[in-house]
Amino acid sequence: MGRRPGAGPPPAPGGVRLRIRVDPEKCQGHARCYGLAPELFSVDDYGLSTVVGDGSVPPELEDRARLAIANCPEFAIEEVPAS
Amino acid sequence: MRTTSPVSAWESDFDVLDPHYVADPFGIWAELRRQCPIAHTDRRGSTWLPTRYDDVTAIAHDIEHFSSLEVAVIPFDGEEPEDPVLPYGLPPISADPPLHTWTRRLLLPWFSHTRVESYEAMTRALCSGLIAGFVDQGRADAASDYAQQIPVRVIAHILGVSPDHADTFTGWVRDVLEFADDPERRVHGVQGLLEYFIEEVAKRRAQPGNDLLSELLQTEVDGAPIEDSLVLGAAALVLIAGVDTTWSAIGSSLWHLATHPDDRRRMAEDPEVMSLAVEELLRAYSPVTMARLVTKDVEYAGCPMKAGDKILMNFPAANRDPEVFEDADEVVLDRAHNRHVAFGSGIHRCAGSNLARMELRVALEEWLARIPDFRLADEDAVTWAGGQVRGPRLLPVVFG
Repeated sequence: MGRRPGAGPPPAPGGVRLRIRVDPEKCQGHARCYGLAPELFSVDDYGLSTVVGDGSVPPELEDRARLAIANCPEFAIEEVPAS
Repeated sequence: MRTTSPVSAWESDFDVLDPHYVADPFGIWAELRRQCPIAHTDRRGSTWLPTRYDDVTAIAHDIEHFSSLEVAVIPFDGEEPEDPVLPYGLPPISADPPLHTWTRRLLLPWFSHTRVESYEAMTRALCSGLIAGFVDQGRADAASDYAQQIPVRVIAHILGVSPDHADTFTGWVRDVLEFADDPERRVHGVQGLLEYFIEEVAKRRAQPGNDLLSELLQTEVDGAPIEDSLVLGAAALVLIAGVDTTWSAIGSSLWHLATHPDDRRRMAEDPEVMSLAVEELLRAYSPVTMARLVTKDVEYAGCPMKAGDKILMNFPAANRDPEVFEDADEVVLDRAHNRHVAFGSGIHRCAGSNLARMELRVALEEWLARIPDFRLADEDAVTWAGGQVRGPRLLPVVFG
């Protein structure tokens, strides 16, 4: 069955459609991402946030990932474009 | 009450201690954003007041032009001692890199997520004990009997000092922040704090404990112990920054719930909304304004800022900018897009933000669990403090 035009890239293996990263130069440790999506981020003793694993977001957590992006006061979380 | 001469025009003669501004700054900010988004005054020295989110955050990030060497909103109007005990002030808050960078790294682990989780049980017990003291009376002062009593004791716990001195600590912190325009009170507060911590430092040198002060005394940086003045500064900073601020956030949140029954019911009935609601209350009632010092002449957004001018980092106004927040002057408990800067922006992001959030959440959870239905006892009896930190000081409520 063909994909509908405009439906976006085909899902990556495992159904992952979204990958994210935290820009360590921008992150100032507000920890809003961790508060909203602790499954996707980890925060060190100094507040610096990093994505869990390679930043691949399971489909059921996509909304939370987008919430984290939209709540970061430093605009430090970004979507990694599909390569 | 403090008297200030009437403000002739908010865009050119603002006064953050004006009683109308302290009680209700929101309309003034809205008007300034439309007419003159960066206001100016010559009261207490040449000072600028940005009111838009983009300006406040841009200035916070421009550490080349805007230094943190003077962060007091109300400058000290008395004689500085010739040989100050704290030659560097209270780093990291009053420092620029590189001093800022390493002193901040010393403090941050004490306020990490993991550490803050370990303070939650004592915070909850503290809140619950305070409530037990007044819940049967059907009335309380939500500010002075409750909000004011919480952060000071949590901070005392972290510093490893006795909670029995909580009222004295609170008095000193108010002298330094709230009554900073009264040189006598300010000196009294600073001296009280310093003398106390000098003695505590000596005790911990003789007998170290597991507290922040003891650890700082044992920490070496580049092979040498940290200077005493920096340890004292850090202790004073943790107390000054950790008390008024969070107490004001708790008080303002309870004021909101006392005056907005729908929000109060929703928060009492739907625990799921709590985490977003905490952020929204922090946005709408951000307590803290910091200052920056202009280091070299710069024209910013058409404003000719001169070296030596002050900027008031109006994070509270930034958080009500309608360009960034839909219905910015409305509290929307489950607001999903909320890039608020209640804890600042850039390298000086509040080091205690995890702690403040936890205290606010726990204080509201415990209050709402025992007192889900409450209202102001007398609207006219509510008093607000402003300047560096805005929040209710008297907040009589009735319930049951």
